[in-house]
Amino acid sequence: MSEAALKTPARKTRPKYLSLQALLFEIRLPVAGWVSILHRVSGALLFVALVWLLWMLDRSLSSEAAFEKIKHYAGLWPVKLSLLALVWAYCHHFCAGIRYLLIDLDKGVDKETARLTSWIVLGAGLALTALLGWKLW
Amino acid sequence: MVNRVVTGAHYGLRDWLAQRVTAVIMAAYTVIAVTVLLGGRPITYAVWKDLFSQGWMRVATLLFAVSLAWHAWVGVRDILMDYIQPAGLRLSLQVGTLLVIAGYVGWTIQILWR
Repeated sequence: MSEAALKTPARKTRPKYLSLQALLFEIRLPVAGWVSILHRVSGALLFVALVWLLWMLDRSLSSEAAFEKIKHYAGLWPVKLSLLALVWAYCHHFCAGIRYLLIDLDKGVDKETARLTSWIVLGAGLALTALLGWKLW
Repeated sequence: MVNRVVTGAHYGLRDWLAQRVTAVIMAAYTVIAVTVLLGGRPITYAVWKDLFSQGWMRVATLLFAVSLAWHAWVGVRDILMDYIQPAGLRLSLQVGTLLVIAGYVGWTIQILWR
């Protein structure tokens, strides 16, 4: 055994715990990890927002006056901004979901392709949001 | 050799498969719905009401809603299993989620067939 190996302490001081600091500054997710956690976050967001979306669908189909009210309501900027966030959540969830389906079929599982498709998913989610946002308003 | 059946056989596989099948159904509906909505006519109340009174649209939307319900159940259950460790709290939240989802499906049927 070499000198260096003998001098190495038995216990290394590695931060194995998950502190807030570690989560925020020390652990850096690979891009596929970002796609994954955003898939989860967007899914949870959509589930929570479902009651609001159903309420708007309900109102918009109940009468002409209610339809106009909802149309006006959807044009208010805080509502518009929230809806745009949900459109992004849907688009990201959609694109990431297609990527996972392809991975299930063994397509694009090598590291380079997986990284590339992760970037494509992030970009496509934002691009579709911009396109739909522009089309809707 | 350990022989034991903790939960029903293929319990995980069924949910895994359901998550994917429902995803494909919802993706198809989404593409069709976006095409119809952005396809030309400006959306007035008459157009909107007419769209949702067509038989095919009602059935397709119900199929979407049921797919969403199943998909959301598997997804939310996965999240609860990952982050909520106390068994009692997790079970309560899971039951609550199921009730909420069942309520949403009922509400959707009510909206569609009014």
